[in-house]
Amino acid sequence: MSTTWIVVAAVGTATIALKSVGPVLLGGRPLPTHLTGIVALLAPALLAALVVTQVVGGDEELVLDARLVGLGAAVFAILVRAPLLVVVVAAAAATAVVRALA
Amino acid sequence: MTPARYRDGARRIAPIGVAAFAFALSFGVLARASGIGSVEAIVMSATTFAGSAQFAVASILGAAGGVASAIVAATLLNARYAPISVSVAPVFVGGRLRRLLESQLIVDESWAMSRRTDGRYDRRLLVGAGLVLYLCWVGGTVIGALAGDALGDPASLGLDAAFPALFLAILVPQVRSRRALAAAVLGGTIALALVPVAPAGVPIVAASAACLIGWRQR
Repeated sequence: MSTTWIVVAAVGTATIALKSVGPVLLGGRPLPTHLTGIVALLAPALLAALVVTQVVGGDEELVLDARLVGLGAAVFAILVRAPLLVVVVAAAAATAVVRALA
Repeated sequence: MTPARYRDGARRIAPIGVAAFAFALSFGVLARASGIGSVEAIVMSATTFAGSAQFAVASILGAAGGVASAIVAATLLNARYAPISVSVAPVFVGGRLRRLLESQLIVDESWAMSRRTDGRYDRRLLVGAGLVLYLCWVGGTVIGALAGDALGDPASLGLDAAFPALFLAILVPQVRSRRALAAAVLGGTIALALVPVAPAGVPIVAASAACLIGWRQR
């Protein structure tokens, strides 16, 4: 087996396990009550972290670039209650324009 | 609940599907350039189905990095799926095999999309959105790996900014309670503090610990 196949198999197996751990082991049942308060806050915590890492994340460094302008466009679109499609397209378009001008 | 909800998830994720397709094209091209065979690249997209981890593997193998470091980096990047999968576990139905298969459609975007503003998750939204993203991701990889990329760098189209915009648009309506706002601010701050010092993936997993402020005694 080539080294590439070893990586593909190992990463695939690990990811399948990570994605299925909740639904396979706990699926279809309500979470224990002492966990529900924690799990309810997972979405805001993780969504905020995903925004941060995808806007200013680099290779172990903070990178401030055109993505910030795209996020600004998204914030504006969200504030004026634009639909999701508009929010996403505004962010991409603003980022693309800044990169084209740079 | 009506079966139309699968379609709702598919329809709402469509613009992100376009961005995912473009990134899958570039993953296919980058994988070939990194010495990963086209079959390996396609199998990886079909089984791992997680963008950042796959790009990490391609760049590490392309830079002649070790097998172990590629596996560790990708696993760290995907470690967030453990808490994510626990959070949606209650809505999965059917036998273990079905839950195992459907859970593979969990990616950041389908998970975020399936969260309703009342804080519950909707399996049909997740599966509908996840299927669209899966087809875009695997299809884009096939074309990129076999035929190359006609679109060029997705970043020049600003498509890398589409993903955080989606997450922010889903986050904002959820932070109406003070606890949710606190969790979001804490999670974002932890991620921001760790990005410059920790390997990719670690900041997100560490930020998920912010939800522990929701701990209640039984």
